[in-house]
Amino acid sequence: MADHFWISHFLWLVPVVPLLAAGMLSVSGNSRRNRAVILTLGAQILSFILASLLFITVIRAQGGTEEVVRLAVNFTWFEFGDTALRLGLLLDPLNAAMLVMVTFIGLLICIFSVGYMSRDPNFTRFFAFLSLFSAAMLGLLVSNSLLLLFICWELVGLASYLLIGFWYQKPSAAAAAQKAFITTRIGDLGFFLGMIWLYRETGTLLFYDGGAGLLEQAALHGLATGTTIGGLALSTATALLLFCGAMGKSGQFPLHVWLPDAMEGPTPVSALIHAATMVAAGVFLVARAFPLFAATAGPDTVATALIAVTWVGAFTALFAACIAVAQTDIKRILAYSTVSQLGFMMIALGVGGVAAAIFHLIAHAFFKALLFLGAGSVIHGCHDEQDIRKMGGLRRFMPATFATYAIGMMALAGFPFFFSGFWSKEEILHLAQGWPASPIPFYLALAGTFLTAFYMTRQMVYVFFGNYRADQASSEKASESRPHESPPIMTVPLTVLAAGAVLLGLVATPAWPWFHHFIEGGAATLEFGKLFTAGTLGLMLLSIVLVAAGVGAAWFLYARTSLGTAERDPLERKRPGLYRALAQRLYVDEFYDATVIRFHHAAGRAADALDRFVWHGLVMAVSGFSVLLSRASQAVDRRFFNRGFDTGCETLRTSGGRVSRWHTGNIQTYLAYIGAGLVLLIVFFAWIQQA
Amino acid sequence: MTHFPLLSLLIVIPLAGAVVTALTPSTRAGLGRQVALGFSFVSLALALVLWIRFDSATGTMQLVERFSWIPALNADYHLGLDGLSLLLVLLTGIITPFALAAPAPAARNRNIYFALVLALQGMVFGAFLSLNFIQWFLFWELSLIPAFLLIRLWGGPVRSAAAYQFFVYTLAGSIAMLVGFLAIFLATGLFDFIALAELGRNGELTAALGDRFSFNMAPETLGLLVAGGIFLGLAVKVPVFPFHTWLPEAYTQAPTGVSMILTGLLSKMGVYGFLRILLPIFPEQVQAMQTPLLLLAVATIVFSALAALAQTDLKRILAYSSINHLGYCLLGIFAVATVIDPGAGNNSGREAALSGVFLQVFNHGLTAAALFCFVGLIEARSGGLRGLDDFGGLRKVAPVLCGLMGISLFSSLGLPGLNGFVGEFLIFKGTFALTGWAAVLALPGLLITAVFLLRILNRVFSGPLNANWTGLPDLSFRERMTVAPAVALMFFIGIYPAPLLELFNQTVIVTIQLLP
Repeated sequence: MADHFWISHFLWLVPVVPLLAAGMLSVSGNSRRNRAVILTLGAQILSFILASLLFITVIRAQGGTEEVVRLAVNFTWFEFGDTALRLGLLLDPLNAAMLVMVTFIGLLICIFSVGYMSRDPNFTRFFAFLSLFSAAMLGLLVSNSLLLLFICWELVGLASYLLIGFWYQKPSAAAAAQKAFITTRIGDLGFFLGMIWLYRETGTLLFYDGGAGLLEQAALHGLATGTTIGGLALSTATALLLFCGAMGKSGQFPLHVWLPDAMEGPTPVSALIHAATMVAAGVFLVARAFPLFAATAGPDTVATALIAVTWVGAFTALFAACIAVAQTDIKRILAYSTVSQLGFMMIALGVGGVAAAIFHLIAHAFFKALLFLGAGSVIHGCHDEQDIRKMGGLRRFMPATFATYAIGMMALAGFPFFFSGFWSKEEILHLAQGWPASPIPFYLALAGTFLTAFYMTRQMVYVFFGNYRADQASSEKASESRPHESPPIMTVPLTVLAAGAVLLGLVATPAWPWFHHFIEGGAATLEFGKLFTAGTLGLMLLSIVLVAAGVGAAWFLYARTSLGTAERDPLERKRPGLYRALAQRLYVDEFYDATVIRFHHAAGRAADALDRFVWHGLVMAVSGFSVLLSRASQAVDRRFFNRGFDTGCETLRTSGGRVSRWHTGNIQTYLAYIGAGLVLLIVFFAWIQQA
Repeated sequence: MTHFPLLSLLIVIPLAGAVVTALTPSTRAGLGRQVALGFSFVSLALALVLWIRFDSATGTMQLVERFSWIPALNADYHLGLDGLSLLLVLLTGIITPFALAAPAPAARNRNIYFALVLALQGMVFGAFLSLNFIQWFLFWELSLIPAFLLIRLWGGPVRSAAAYQFFVYTLAGSIAMLVGFLAIFLATGLFDFIALAELGRNGELTAALGDRFSFNMAPETLGLLVAGGIFLGLAVKVPVFPFHTWLPEAYTQAPTGVSMILTGLLSKMGVYGFLRILLPIFPEQVQAMQTPLLLLAVATIVFSALAALAQTDLKRILAYSSINHLGYCLLGIFAVATVIDPGAGNNSGREAALSGVFLQVFNHGLTAAALFCFVGLIEARSGGLRGLDDFGGLRKVAPVLCGLMGISLFSSLGLPGLNGFVGEFLIFKGTFALTGWAAVLALPGLLITAVFLLRILNRVFSGPLNANWTGLPDLSFRERMTVAPAVALMFFIGIYPAPLLELFNQTVIVTIQLLP
């Protein structure tokens, strides 16, 4: 088998190639546009080719065996004391599949950006940041060390910060970037703590290390049996801390607030980072550390950490879907949809389906990138308009965008049979249904499915059907402001992504669960009979009915009335209170403003006041007291002791006058004296030394 | 003494440079700075020579120079170099030319300014190399004089108050320390750090204090009192909460180059004192008081971060940020004092914490100095304005300045890939293994630091360009050359810290072995 692995020597190149591109671009001037495009695309293509080769290698090495191929290369970063701190790279089916997805979608989005960003003055810097992001994300995927993963994790956060705030002149963009960084860092503190805790308990941060790694039997057994405060197993406590990081990055409630705001960044960034790849990092982390999450002392219990993951995921899936129903910004709807879909992935992980989660992640990456780029095309075509109430009827102006967007929408909503989203969601629902701990997450997920179909139909109706509404608002230059179709450099990537969103479904149907076996080992066989087993068929019918109900309800509500900025939303007419609460995103941001942020500012002012008044005050009191004492003693001296000395002092003063001629007041002269004195002293001591 | 006295030479060069610079005619503009820079580069070269000559495979003192100096006090002229000293010598060698090249006050007598900076460098070198209390204390105290004059003569509008407060506060701390050492001398007849560490380790120091003084106190109480006096002197210097109120004033009022030296080097003298004196000589006392000391470290971290949040002056923010970062050093140092069960035989936690402290000392010196330099560069362009809200959108007109300062800010908040992260990771790793609760309590500091540092990026660099600064020039070539080495080092240490760790690794191991 070893001969398959020559390619693994090139594993490190996958992240390093885009990193080099980023480095070269960041020191080159803004005028070198062509070079920026060539460097970025070249690096992306090279990474993609390498990733594909690695993927094929893993498939061939696995060859339908039960065993999961896992290849780790570890090295020492530095040594402290007697300990070597080791990092490593890893190749296994999980990250091989992810590598292909990230490089492929990254490449398409870079191509799209060449068109989308063509008029931006900071074109070069944009591609530098995009390359930095790719490098960090790919590094995160290939790391075999929790520490290296954390390092790349933070760099992904940095790239996200830079790209959200790319249009830094907009205060809202700068604020959104800061919010993203800080919110995810709150989660990252948990991650950090979990990491140093694991390090303390196991003495290693490598995932796989020939039996001595963190995720291997010996370490897991120790963690699952050891307990900490509150009777919590060590594995549970540390897994939950790592999950805090995942919640921040993957926008899970209550740390989801940054993700919708992140839509301030350029649309390709939203597509790449805040839909397809970066937000998936949290899901990937849980998938990577899944043995830790699942570790239990006894054989028949459900791990506590996984229960938490499931509940957080289920709640987020429904919660975000509700909010998406009442948004009017085309990108924000998609953003909340992303939060909701990430919740579905977390459910999958929580109920034990790593393959299901990763498959949904990859499928979602395709159709969400497609939807975002489609939205970008719409925004581009409508002259930077993002309010869906001012759109309408775009299917006539932008046929290519409409067709591809419709495919993305149907994949996301879970239209049956021909779309990857249907199969991936189906598998998650199937697993959730069989979860022994509680049936409720399954029902929450079903509700989420219904709402997804509902809000996506609503958006489609607003954007592509009916009449174009911006004309009514500003009719004076109607001909110029007509929406237009985007150039091929933008529509071609859309088409490719649409094809992916459809075809990908073929590799993970119950009839041929190839992907499942690729991730978890074992051979896939083609059996159409599996489609018609009672459990599978019943659930499929149920979810088809739910999707149909969602689409039907939205169509019924929105397609038959007039829409627009002037009009109230049809749902608002029916349930104004509920709609307003949802439109205000259920007041989570307001809640944080009123509690966490206010507390923060108050604590800052309190610490400042403590310094200025208490500590500084004490110092001043002490010094004031000393001054008072010295004044008193001066007074005593003058009154009682000085009189007699005065005459004596007079003599001193005259002689002092002579000496004072040396005091020229010229600092150079003084320093010359000092220098001379120093030399004399040195000579003196040297002389003493001799003696 | 058989070898060439390299260490003495290292102290003498900057002092000689100070004299030469002061005597340089001020008629030709810029000549004084060039002379001073020349001398500081010679010092840097010599520091690098020391690094090459240094044998990192042993943890003992090297290149030792020792001869009798004041026999009556049993005080030798005693210089030596171990990994800790070398690290700080290198830092001093790097920071001084950096500070000299930074924007200098445009007043008369600039040559004296440069000369005093060099004199300060000489004192700092002396303090990092001396192994005898009297000698060390002389350098420690003498360093105050140029620092005082630099603040007093070339500082901002309220320089006088700031300078006096700085001087008197530090001096008061030093007196407490001096009294402590006098007690030790009276009890043991020793001033030598290494010999005293030996006594401290065996518990003989406490016994000797008990024999010499009675005061109706137990020897342990006496030991604590003496250690407390020394702690006070060091605590003011670092500073440790709540002895830090002089610092924001002094850092804010000092001219840019001096702020850089204050934060980059003088604060390190305090940390150095903790590592060279308090921890080795008073391990029992530090262990006895470990919980309150750790609480002080946590308070230093959290309160200074919070206070930074409430500031609107860039220099004040950085000053509080500086206290915050030194708090991590203290956290690591006090955690190292944890009593380890000898049966466990695993020193990995202590080694991590101490290595982290060493790294943090270097990294903070570099990053904080760079940040003060950047603020100085902004001030030089804005005519002295440096409020958080005086700017906005500077990225548009000065992308290089903002980019490089942005990197330094991220280095300061501990972004992986830059230097700050490695030290903080090791400190937290070690502290968590030794005293988990203190690490957890200090953790919010990392978050608040990110908040106030990002706020600088947000308010100063982002947003619409402030109409006052449409003509603000970007960094000139000379200015880029000033900051580029520091930024390059941030990347280098962040990606490949092994050379730096290797330099002091044996010192870390030996220091820990000598702890009870």
